[in-house]
Amino acid sequence: MTWLENLRRKKFMDPLTAALYLVPAGIVVIVFRMIPIVSAFILSFFDVKMGRIRGFVGLAQYVRLFQDPTFFSSLGTTVYYVAGVVPVSLFLSLLAAVLLNQKIRALGLYRTVFFLPVVTSLVAVSMVWKWIFHPRLGLLNYIFEVLGGNAMVWLEEPRGIFEMVASGLGWGWWPAGLSGPSLALIAVIIVAIWRGIGYNIVIFLAGLQNIPNQYYEAARIDGANSRGVFWKVTWPLLSPTTFYVLLSTTITSFQVFTQIYLMTGPPVGGPMGTTKVIVYYLFEKGFDAGGNMGYASAVALILFVIILSLTLVQRRLVESRVYY
Amino acid sequence: MRLGGSVGRDRTGHMEQTATLHDRELNAGYRTRRGVGRAGVYAGLVVGVVFMMVPFWWMLSTSLKSPLEILEFPPTWIPSGHFAERADGTWEEVYIVSRDEEAGTIDVRSVDGDQERTVAASAVANRIRFRFRNYGEAWSQAPFARYYFNTILITVFVVMGVLVTSSLAAYAFARMKFWGRDNIFLIFLSMMMVPQPVYLVPSYIILVKLGWIDSYQALIVPWLAHIFSIFLLRQHFKTIPDDLYDAAIIDGCSRFAFLWRVIVPLSKAVFVAVVVFTIVGTWNSFLWPLVMTNTPEVRPLQVGLARFSQEQGTSHELMMAAAAFSVAPLIIAYFFAQKQIIQSMATSGLKG
Repeated sequence: MTWLENLRRKKFMDPLTAALYLVPAGIVVIVFRMIPIVSAFILSFFDVKMGRIRGFVGLAQYVRLFQDPTFFSSLGTTVYYVAGVVPVSLFLSLLAAVLLNQKIRALGLYRTVFFLPVVTSLVAVSMVWKWIFHPRLGLLNYIFEVLGGNAMVWLEEPRGIFEMVASGLGWGWWPAGLSGPSLALIAVIIVAIWRGIGYNIVIFLAGLQNIPNQYYEAARIDGANSRGVFWKVTWPLLSPTTFYVLLSTTITSFQVFTQIYLMTGPPVGGPMGTTKVIVYYLFEKGFDAGGNMGYASAVALILFVIILSLTLVQRRLVESRVYY
Repeated sequence: MRLGGSVGRDRTGHMEQTATLHDRELNAGYRTRRGVGRAGVYAGLVVGVVFMMVPFWWMLSTSLKSPLEILEFPPTWIPSGHFAERADGTWEEVYIVSRDEEAGTIDVRSVDGDQERTVAASAVANRIRFRFRNYGEAWSQAPFARYYFNTILITVFVVMGVLVTSSLAAYAFARMKFWGRDNIFLIFLSMMMVPQPVYLVPSYIILVKLGWIDSYQALIVPWLAHIFSIFLLRQHFKTIPDDLYDAAIIDGCSRFAFLWRVIVPLSKAVFVAVVVFTIVGTWNSFLWPLVMTNTPEVRPLQVGLARFSQEQGTSHELMMAAAAFSVAPLIIAYFFAQKQIIQSMATSGLKG
């Protein structure tokens, strides 16, 4: 059977043919992915204005970056945003998935509805929500008034929500550093939750349907109540899914840009810079005002380091609680 | 809490087939409580559905209102106008200028003219009417036809490119053996993890150097290869048994013919997934084209829509009309191919 062996060898060892198959994708990946990624690192050590490299500056960009209050406030705003979106989105989507994981009527209809925003463009979504949040004519303020609440200016409100709650409770004083995310940022967070929840529900539903029935039956026979079944069976067996949803939502949230660009301002990032997130800051520095691309690359590198280390830390933290 | 009750119900349906009488009696105790839980489940879902759908309703409803109706507060849920009866018994749409409660009359102005007149309050009524011409107005206020054409063109080229490059590369990674294969594949995968904002600036500089800023190339060529698609196809190609290959070669099938005639037909579902998330991703991409284009000639729909929204500012009915006709193609596609779209998006991890 030497001819068959030949055949197998032909299949396996043929670097030239393999290269031929790899060339189309390879060129694109190298030129438009690998070189840019490596350059992002290199560019952050250079002075680059409007696409022209003007000279090596060493760590100067980073030194400036770490003395830049706008950079830190944009970082803080992004953290507020992530901390607002991730837990609420996770909780609501898990709740909805558990509700949907039953013999309910018209399951498909619910899934269709919850997933619909995911295929809708973020630009259109942002426009619609900006209109809903309109301070005078908006739907939300109308609903608030009907329910007996006070109209708010939403996207134009620079005050932090903790500060607003405190003043609502009649406290005259609230520490300035603890005023929390602005109401404007909260509005953007609501939109992000609305947009992304359907995706997380679908992932959670798949996870729930992968849990074998026997575990539930065994728990029932042992007399576990509903709450016990959820915390002792569903939650631990669902933990790989939860972990994935947590991670992917966090990473996506760190890169928020479109909603900020379309819903806030003018100027974008307003009111009073309370919605200026890190990717918008990068965009502004690199492309908008003066085109300081070396500086923007330094911001990009910090963003990358944050996302990467967050991935690693989260993996460590959560994996110890994940049951495979 | 409803969470657990729900889980129990699903499983009980199965259990009941084997349940003894004793079990059933035990279960009967749950039943009333479960009924309440069931109502709660539906209540929760309905609240969710309303929260998800109201923005869509609001977009459509606003897009069909008149500019003056927009300014009314409280707002109308269904687009409707004020109609006043003419002397000859026909009705015309009017704006309300002022109301005189004591005299029971209303000053109205015709929508088409400037004439004001006073009519009896009983001769004015609200009627539902849709102002479809908002769509035409929005469409003609910006080069939306051009934007649409650009987006379709870009999407078609990107989808075709991704299909060709990914299946070739995936074939090499899955079925050929060459030096450094696994390491190259690993490098590919690690690049997939780098978020787009990180390499945006260098990509811009490269496109400047190539002279591609403000061209279709800038929006198409960098996206002609998609690492995740390569990954997905490779995983699937690896499941196709070796014997099939041997048999095909014995029958005189070439390596490429094997890919084209055997592997591709066997991988239809994966290809559908790749096509779907590539279309959705390309259609909705925003940051990249925003940075890489400056002129309307090559500007895709999303960037054009954003421009329109920033320039319009106050004509909410036109902005909502533009938003509606921009999301319409994908939403219509979604209603026809819902299952494929949900599955594809779920595998891709693509959220926008």
